[in-house]
Amino acid sequence: MQDAVTTPKAPAAQPKIVSRNVTKIYSTLAGPVTAIDDFNLDVAEREFVCIVGPSGCGKSTYLRILAGLDTLSSGSITVRPGVDPKKPLNSVVFQEYAVFPWKTVIENVAFGLQMRGVGEAERLATARHWLERVGLSKFANYYPSQISGGMKQRVSIIRALANDPEVLLMDEPLGALDAQTRIVLQDELLRIWEETHKTVVYITHSLDEAILLGDRVIVMSAHPGRLLETFHVDIPRPRTVDTMNTPRFAELRGEIWALLGKEVTRAMEMQA
Amino acid sequence: MSAGAVPPGIPAIDEPLEQDPAARRRPLARSLLPLAAAALVWNLLLVATGLWRHVWWLWLFGDFLLIVLAAERIGRVVPPRRRKLYERTLALGFPVLAIAAWQLVVDAGILNPLWFPQPTRIAKALWELTVSYDRFSQTSLIGRPWLIPQALSADGLAGAWKLIAEGHVWATLGRVFAGFVLGAIPGILLGIVMGINQTVRLMLDTTLSAIYVLPKIAIFPIVMLMFADPFGEGPKIVVVALSVFFLMTINTMAGVRDIDPVFLMAGRNYGARGLQLFRHVIIPAAMPVIFAGLRLALGTALIVIISVEFLRAKQGVGYMTFYYWEVLNPEKMYAGLFVVMVLGVVLTMALQWVQRKVMPWDRG
Repeated sequence: MQDAVTTPKAPAAQPKIVSRNVTKIYSTLAGPVTAIDDFNLDVAEREFVCIVGPSGCGKSTYLRILAGLDTLSSGSITVRPGVDPKKPLNSVVFQEYAVFPWKTVIENVAFGLQMRGVGEAERLATARHWLERVGLSKFANYYPSQISGGMKQRVSIIRALANDPEVLLMDEPLGALDAQTRIVLQDELLRIWEETHKTVVYITHSLDEAILLGDRVIVMSAHPGRLLETFHVDIPRPRTVDTMNTPRFAELRGEIWALLGKEVTRAMEMQA
Repeated sequence: MSAGAVPPGIPAIDEPLEQDPAARRRPLARSLLPLAAAALVWNLLLVATGLWRHVWWLWLFGDFLLIVLAAERIGRVVPPRRRKLYERTLALGFPVLAIAAWQLVVDAGILNPLWFPQPTRIAKALWELTVSYDRFSQTSLIGRPWLIPQALSADGLAGAWKLIAEGHVWATLGRVFAGFVLGAIPGILLGIVMGINQTVRLMLDTTLSAIYVLPKIAIFPIVMLMFADPFGEGPKIVVVALSVFFLMTINTMAGVRDIDPVFLMAGRNYGARGLQLFRHVIIPAAMPVIFAGLRLALGTALIVIISVEFLRAKQGVGYMTFYYWEVLNPEKMYAGLFVVMVLGVVLTMALQWVQRKVMPWDRG
């Protein structure tokens, strides 16, 4: 088990996610705008892939297409179903406010199961199990307005995990949090991932976060969004936030930033 | 609390956010003193010279200003645990003072009691309306509950019901309630559909906006024509329902369109489809706006029903008020208006109670 995770990913025999020539073109009054251009990405089973890139590189759009919440203009995306056909193919962790304010914490966590018709006793038991794992048992019957931003995002993450999807899709899940809460949640994500080994596609603005969490870091370019380069993160797991202090981490960050920094500057200049 | 750390030489800013109430107690007494003196001089001057009869409005305005200044100075030093009491005192105390001033000004013969009958006389009129029955106009506010024992023995429950049903308050309440429910439910449903479906919205929006601004009382004659019994309850309830319906449609539509798309995405991504999406995402997300609309609609419903009762009714608070206009009894007219205000407050409170039950998450 540990092997499959720590070794740098060679393309697996049968990837979990296959994206081929994904292109997204929006038609606007000013003419067609290409958001994503010929994007190819395979994600292996139990792999954690992070996508970074300047704002407007189409990374969130790609995730939404992957989640079935948006359509693609051409190309194809397939997520290979698992053994259990009742399991959902994907669950998305959105930014902070996607937790339903009108549902209690436990109702939010059990939401996906409820929509799939899981009985009340069973879904509440599952939700309680997950609340316990992230230390939120005490807040099960609170409403989101009564808990902090960090707790809300924990709820959002375990709402996805309780749904037990084939693929976990995370769209800048920690983007709205303050720097300290963010570090705590990064550590927690690492811990949970060690326990579950879900296949994850993770969008982030933070290069540190991408290297810390990911097996691979994909760098995208902006206007139009293209795959620029793939970096394998060969830092062994299990990792913690202390991993960020290792020489290899700094080395990787320098290497990736040499490329990403240029892209970010280019994107800024294009907007100006 | 931090006020104690400030060196004494540094002057405090006018309204520090946190302060030690004990440290401010003496300055309060000192700051209220000049105000009390000003009030004394102002009132003595005007009353002693008799000037107040001529510039009574200036007199009242001056006193109002002094009260505001005093209340603000007190408000600055009220400790947090007394804050609620202070706010209640201001909110309830001022109207009481205003009513007292009204009484005084009319008693003194400055304002004509024909247009502004004293509050005490209005209260007396209200009492009379409640406990006595005007045989000529068949007017009684809450029916004749005092006759119920006899009616019960003579005609049973039906007789007792008749005595209650003749009350004006119940007639008005019944019409408002029936109209409100009949208008709000279809209004909310259509509003949700228009909020979700662009085609329906584009087709209906202009028409609805046009009808919405039409004074509903103007439709009343047409509605009367449509009913077999134009003077019965039907047209009155329908016209209330119409005014509630258009307001609720437009309001709910705005509420649904304002839903953060991320909630809809989350709902869909977690498998909510069709009715589930309505029940678990769309309706609760639009609920705050729907309740804000219901509150507005309640006011509109009262306006419409009172106008309709002025025009064409044999029963109802509006009818009663208008009847006392026809026989020129201003105390009872005012009493009628007072009843309308009480109805408005009571109904709004009932709606807020429902809102707390329906939206337990909204404890802001």
